[in-house]
This record gives sequence, C-alpha cells and structure tokens, in this order.
Amino acid sequence: MIILILKRIGFMIITMLVVSMLLFLLLEFNVDSVAAKVLGQYSLPEQREVWLEEHGYNRPLYARYVSWLGNFMRGDLGESVRFKVPVGEVLWPRLWNTAILAFWVFMFMIPLSLVLGILAGMREGSKLDRSISVFSILTTSVPEFASAVLFSAVFVFSLKWLPGTSSMIDGFDWKQLVLPVIVLLTYGFGYIARMTRASMAEVMTTQYIRTAVLKGIPYKDVITKHALRNALIAPFTVIMLQINWLLSGVIVVEFYFAYKGFGALLLEASLNQDVFMIEACAMVAVFVAVATQTIADVGYTYLNPRIRFS
Amino acid sequence: MANSITATTSPAPSFGEALVRVIKSLGLLRESPVGMVGAAIVGFWVFLAIFAPLLAPFEPNATLQPFAKPGAEYAQGGTFWLGTDHLGRDVLSRIIWGARTVLTYAPLATLTAYIVGILMGLAAGYYRGIPDDILSRISDIILSFPVLVLYIIIIATIGASALNIIIAITFASAPGIMRIVRGLVLDLRNRDYVAAAQTRGESSWRIMLVEILPNARGPLIVDVCLRLGYVIITIGVLGFLGLGLPPPDPDWGGMINETRQMALAFPHMTVFPCIAISSLILGFNLLADGLREISLRD
Repeated sequence: MIILILKRIGFMIITMLVVSMLLFLLLEFNVDSVAAKVLGQYSLPEQREVWLEEHGYNRPLYARYVSWLGNFMRGDLGESVRFKVPVGEVLWPRLWNTAILAFWVFMFMIPLSLVLGILAGMREGSKLDRSISVFSILTTSVPEFASAVLFSAVFVFSLKWLPGTSSMIDGFDWKQLVLPVIVLLTYGFGYIARMTRASMAEVMTTQYIRTAVLKGIPYKDVITKHALRNALIAPFTVIMLQINWLLSGVIVVEFYFAYKGFGALLLEASLNQDVFMIEACAMVAVFVAVATQTIADVGYTYLNPRIRFS
Repeated sequence: MANSITATTSPAPSFGEALVRVIKSLGLLRESPVGMVGAAIVGFWVFLAIFAPLLAPFEPNATLQPFAKPGAEYAQGGTFWLGTDHLGRDVLSRIIWGARTVLTYAPLATLTAYIVGILMGLAAGYYRGIPDDILSRISDIILSFPVLVLYIIIIATIGASALNIIIAITFASAPGIMRIVRGLVLDLRNRDYVAAAQTRGESSWRIMLVEILPNARGPLIVDVCLRLGYVIITIGVLGFLGLGLPPPDPDWGGMINETRQMALAFPHMTVFPCIAISSLILGFNLLADGLREISLRD
C-alpha cells in the first residue's frame, strides 16, 4: 500500500516536471517573443535587448529553465504582464473563488448523481432505469455554454429571478452563485449517474446478491447493506476524475457569468499572452488534475479489498 | 494444416463488401428506439448540411435587416423564420450553413485523431515493451491536462484557424483513442488468426491493419459517435470563447459568442444556435447509446 502511494506520488512529480518543461518550451523558447509580450508589441528592439539582459534571458535554455523552476518552487511565479502585480497576488484569490464554486457544485452533484444512478441500476431495464438514462444523456448533451444561455434566458430574462452576471462586485452574494452552479451541475451529473448505474447494475447480477434475496432478506436491506458497499467503489474514482472535467467547465461558466475565478483568469491570460500568468495557471490546473487522479487511484485501491490484500 | 489456416483467416473483404456490412449493421439499429432517434437527429443535420445552398432562405453572411424578430417579413420578399442577428444576418440561414461548418470540421478532426490514435495504439499494443512504455507515458502526460486548458494554451499560442483547431483536437484526443485501441490489441494479438498470419510471414503492419484492426471495430464505432459529440462541443466551446474558426463564416459557437451580450434583449439570436448544437450532440450521444446497447446484446 505504502509502495503504491510512493509510486503514484513519484509518477505525479515526474508528470509535473515534464509538463513544466513542455510549457516552458512552448512559451519561453523564443526569447524575443517573451520580451515582445512583456514589453508590448511596439517596444523597440533595444528596449527588448536591455530587458532580456536584465532578466537573464541571454543564458542558455537549460539554465533559464532550472532557474525558472527554482523560482517557481519557492513560490516566485513572476509578475503578471496584464495586472502589473506578482502573479500570486491575483492567482490565489481567484483560485479560492473557484474552490467555492466547485464546492457547491459537488455538494449538489454527488448526492443527486448517486441517488439517480442507484435507482436506475437497482432494476436494470425498468422504466425508471430507461427514463433516468435518457434524461442523463439529454443533460450531458447540452454543453455548458448552451445551457448557460438557455438558463439565463429562462431565469434572468423571462422570470427575472436571478442576476445574469456573477462578478460579486459588492461582496459575496449567493444569488449570483446559483446559475453557475446549476449550469455545471446539469452538464456534469449525468456522467457520474451513468457510471454509478453501470456499477450498481453489475453488482445486482452477482451471486451474493441473489443469495441475499433468496435468503429472504428485505429488498431494502439487500440494497443498502449488501449492494451499495461494492457498487459505490467505482463512482468514487469517477467523482475524483470529474474534478479534471470541472476545471474545463469552470472556464466556460466563469467566462459567461463574469465570475472572478481561476478559469476566467486562465482564459484572460491566454488571450492576452500574459506569459507568466499562463505558466502559473497551467501548472496549477495540471497539479489539481494529477493530484486528484493520484487520490482516485490510491483511494480505489484502499476501498477495494481484493486489490488491497493481494 | 493448410485447411486450418484458411479456416481461421477469412479473406479481407473488399471495400464494397465492407460497405454492405456496415449498412447491414446499421440496420440492427432498428432494435434500439433510442439509437433510431439519435440516427434521425444526426441524419436531419447531415441533410441540412449537404443541401444548405438549396435550403437556406438567405445568404448566410448577407446583412439584410438588423434585430428582426422571428417570423418578421423581409421588405424585399422572404421571411426571417428565426429572426436576424445584430448585423442583420438571417439566423436560420446561418444555422443551416453552420451545420455544414461543424459537420465538416468535427468529422475531419475526429478522423485525423483516429488515424494518429489507432497507429499509436496498434504499435503500443502489438510491439509492447519499450514502444508501449514510451507511447503510454506520452499519453498519460497529455491526458493529465484538463482538456480545455490544453486547447486554450495551444490555440492561444499557435493562433485560431481551421487547421490549428484540427491539430489541437488531434493532439488532445489521440492519446485517449490510443488507450482504447491498445487495450483491444493486447486482447486480440493472442488470437489464432494473428498467429496464422505471423506463420505466413506477413509484415507486422499488415497484421495490425488487416488482421487486428477490423476485429476491434465494435467498441471503436461506439467511441467514434461519443467522440464526435465531444469534438462538436470542443469546436463550439472554442468558438464561444472567441478562439474558434475566424468570422464571418457561420459557426454555431461563434454565433453564440457574438450575440450573447444581447441575449437578454434578443434571445432568439443566441437561443436557436444553442438548441442546434445541443440537438446535434444529443443525436450522436443517443446513437452511441443505441449502438452500445446492440453490441452488448450480441
């Protein structure tokens, strides 16, 4: 078990290193373009030369990479070209806002998708199962940008119940959080529900469930005491991997609702060629994704005794 | 001995025969109502895309009459069934022509991703060992990126154009396809007909492409439908974020992006492209579900 965890963490570190190299090559291989991005399109070649010299860009590539990585690890992420402040000052508050959004999405998505998945998988092929499956296909087919527009049209334009933007200028307001959460929920829950259904349906066909039913145990107890324990192992992994998806989803939703979060920041940085901000955002995104994958792997092994004890 | 070899290796079907088989297996779709609905939706959009020049009532890029409501009459004849956008372009015509855009680029990007992914997967699964390790590590790393982050960084760095979008989609999707193909090949490579082909002295790539790949098609066809849905979403999202196909040619994601600021006052400009793209994705997802159901039944 400990060996497995160490292995996974080792793999995680290697992945992060390779990703950092790729990002560095993609964004900083051409030093002139870095100077142009930092100093602006209309800076003079002499100015760029001075800036490059000052910031050590005339050293060989590997030396630049090592010092960049060193600064990165110590938390010196460079200065944002667009905001004119250190990257961290903008990045961490934005990340916190996204964490709040993600927290509420998962608070609603996990119970909803698990309950629907279990209900559907309990009696495979029943009317309820078919309806839940088609419903989840339906909601997964509406991409976030489309459901954002459609929900806005209904709740903001027609019913005037909710605000159409979520910039939270006057402090935190839960009303502004409702639409972003609903949009992410609508697109995301279907996948977990379908995976839970598949896992539940598989467990229901096993011998020990049949034995339990034939022994005369009430159906309710068969489900809650026998089936669920095994059926919920797979969804755990899927839920952890959904965080990777959520990082994509928040970009669209935060952009649409003008929510001051991490996704919107990454998009803004990319569109404005804010080099150091892109690097920091991408590294954070990949870190979150790889870390959750690692937790999913280790957790799956822990939850599944057949793997744990073999 | 000779008999046993001919018995286990049927001759590779010609293109015509293969086509007939595909059509026959599509006929099986009748058994799945969900799949039929999906096929009908996809068929509807393919029909609109093919006959766009005949079906669209107006030129998609012609500026006629800004801010017309759905059903408004055009002074010089014709009706704006779905209204016009802020530049006076007919929304219905742009949606019909947009179907052509999305149904050109999405299959094209999926196809290139599949070619790369299949070649990677075949090589990894068939040779195993070092090629497998290298290819698997590369795809692990690409797959560890949140997809949209990868797309945004690539497109923002190399620029937004049709070719670059296809390159980005291929880059991001091929590893996932490789994993599926690799898994299938690892299973199929131990079959007798592969051993027979090896005994006959066929080259590795011939065995992979002619003997193994056709037998892996079942799960891949389901995945193609799902992936087409994802690619349509991707093209839509990129258009929506302003990183998509350059204007003015109609592209559903771009239409939503251009008009979303006005969506509260003129919802028709934005809502109809949203319905169009969602219905097409729904079509592919239902089709995939139907195909999966049929393949599980066999």
